[in-house]
Amino acid sequence: MTKSKKETFNAYQGTEDYVASEALQEVVNVALAIKRPLLLKGEPGTGKTLLAQSIAKAIGRPLLRWNIKSTTKAVEGLYVYDTVQRLNDSRFGGGNVSDIKHYIKLGKLGESFVAPEPVVLLIDEIDKADLEFPNDLLAEIDEMRFYIPETREEISAKHRPMVVITSNSEKELPDAFLRRCVFHFIEFPNLEMMEQIVKVHFPTIEKKMLEASLKKFYEIRTRTGLKKPPSTSELIDWLHALIAMGLDPKSLDETPLIGCLLKNEQDINTKKSTYRYQ
Amino acid sequence: MLLPFLYVLRSHKIPVGTQEWLYLMDALSQDIADSSLTRFYHLSRSVLVKSESLYDAFDRAFVACFKSLEGEFDIKEEILDWLNKMVDPAARPAMPDIDPLTLEELRKKFLERLKEQNEEHHGGSHWIGTGGTSPFGHGGSHPSGMRIGGPGGGRSAVKIAEERRFQNYRDDVVLDTRQIKVALKRLRRLDHEGQAVELKIDKTIQKTCQNAGEIDLVFEAPKKNQTELLLLMDVGGSMDPYARLVETLFSAAHASNHFKAFKHYYFHNCVYSRIYTDMYQRKWIATDELFKKYRKNFHVIFVGDACMGPYELFSTGGIIDYYDPDQTRGIDWLLKIKNHFSKSVWLNPEPQASWDYHPTIQAIQKIFQMYSLSVEGLTKAIDVLRKNNQITI
Repeated sequence: MTKSKKETFNAYQGTEDYVASEALQEVVNVALAIKRPLLLKGEPGTGKTLLAQSIAKAIGRPLLRWNIKSTTKAVEGLYVYDTVQRLNDSRFGGGNVSDIKHYIKLGKLGESFVAPEPVVLLIDEIDKADLEFPNDLLAEIDEMRFYIPETREEISAKHRPMVVITSNSEKELPDAFLRRCVFHFIEFPNLEMMEQIVKVHFPTIEKKMLEASLKKFYEIRTRTGLKKPPSTSELIDWLHALIAMGLDPKSLDETPLIGCLLKNEQDINTKKSTYRYQ
Repeated sequence: MLLPFLYVLRSHKIPVGTQEWLYLMDALSQDIADSSLTRFYHLSRSVLVKSESLYDAFDRAFVACFKSLEGEFDIKEEILDWLNKMVDPAARPAMPDIDPLTLEELRKKFLERLKEQNEEHHGGSHWIGTGGTSPFGHGGSHPSGMRIGGPGGGRSAVKIAEERRFQNYRDDVVLDTRQIKVALKRLRRLDHEGQAVELKIDKTIQKTCQNAGEIDLVFEAPKKNQTELLLLMDVGGSMDPYARLVETLFSAAHASNHFKAFKHYYFHNCVYSRIYTDMYQRKWIATDELFKKYRKNFHVIFVGDACMGPYELFSTGGIIDYYDPDQTRGIDWLLKIKNHFSKSVWLNPEPQASWDYHPTIQAIQKIFQMYSLSVEGLTKAIDVLRKNNQITI
């Protein structure tokens, strides 16, 4: 391996509390270099949201979080004109009704534009929103500015924020939106990487415990017919519980506290039965 | 120079547009790939491919394009054998202070060396071998060396692509409950229903403005999905190998509580005068009941292999159940269902390639639009149901 890699391209190499695969590191650096939003998909619990925190930490920028719900509208991320408050003020007194500016509140995207320093903006679970939601943000994310007609003001980004978008693919995202993103699908970590991840969370974990628990975990995960296979975050919860209870590695054969791993009654029953489908 | 890659990608049905291609060029001009094929693999995949279901196609295209590049050097078996004899790893020398070679120089020197070398070398700085500070071989140190044989730290891009780890994410293969749920979610028709209980802020403001500031509250009924779904499943006999698959579809449909109504029944091979309410075909209702119970705007999805003896479909009394006195032909029952409900499709778990060999599949295909029971097929079937939506309401 040559040592002449560009410094700029190594801005992100994971952080001590987040283990990023080589592919993931490269994708983050690509997004940083060509200044495009990074779209992350992957099984629930593979650390999509945590990655944004890790990026912010690694490149030393503040993180803004915009959590999307099914009722979220794109324009709310830019600004909200609180007409009801203004109407209330005008009828019952209070507030400076003549100045609309007082009733314009910037949303998370707006905030990330006017922030005095470059930020990382996380748009979490974009697929929760309406189908048209991503399309409504195209121009703003492309040009990094928007216009507020009520105050005749234009808000443009002082510094281009690094935008990280996560999706659980509950809805398909529109092509025009996808075209503008750098895309990465986070794979489920393999055993080797999982060991590293667990060690990050439990630096003092005993070797025997680590091996026994991971063996059990992958055994459950690869079992066919599970509705919701357990993910990394469930493994971490399980280990927390095991360690808190002071159980020793030998007792893991019985899979204690299975409720931490499997969240579905049927799954727990599949676990017990020895019958397997082809 | 890379343009052929674009067209190979497109020929693998990856929708790469000019814009993404320009992003890739932008990235390459910043020297992000750093002349490494592995980095180029990750870089180009992240910029050009926007869905994990296309990762596999990308892997295939990548191999098709770049495999020849890696295999450019025809390395003799003999040389690889010498390289398998590894020197003591601890004996790996420190990185020597040599000027790194450019890729072009490296390639030229390597080809020269390949011609000249005729014996084993371990250590040293010139020949292809293990250890040492020659740029060629493995287990050695050179600032711009080239690994040949032996265990390596990193894997090559073509190797990664050749592994095709993303085959499972292709959408033309059958996938899990969740993916089916996503597909079923698209089956919706929203309409206002029930009591007017939701306050509509926008309309309230509009009304209030029209009222010169006198507040006028506007309420509306919430929107609800009006889709009603009837799932008819073939069980037993030739369907046994697909039991798991059908169950997955069923549990996905059952768990998607966004339908206004979801009903399911079972049949064996073909629908006759009775249709069963349980999988074991003990409880049943008359098929005619279906027509009374469910209005024509129910969506009907049949799931079955449509493989049976031709007489079971075409002759009267062809029914498997001996005691059933029904005199209507199976195919007429299917037509009856088709005609009563305005939207119906058939999902078939049999591999599509075999459909032409079964006369009963062909006959049923003439009645129902048939799709394979995969996520792709289900999506297409749902498109058909949705289209009907717009014509008949």
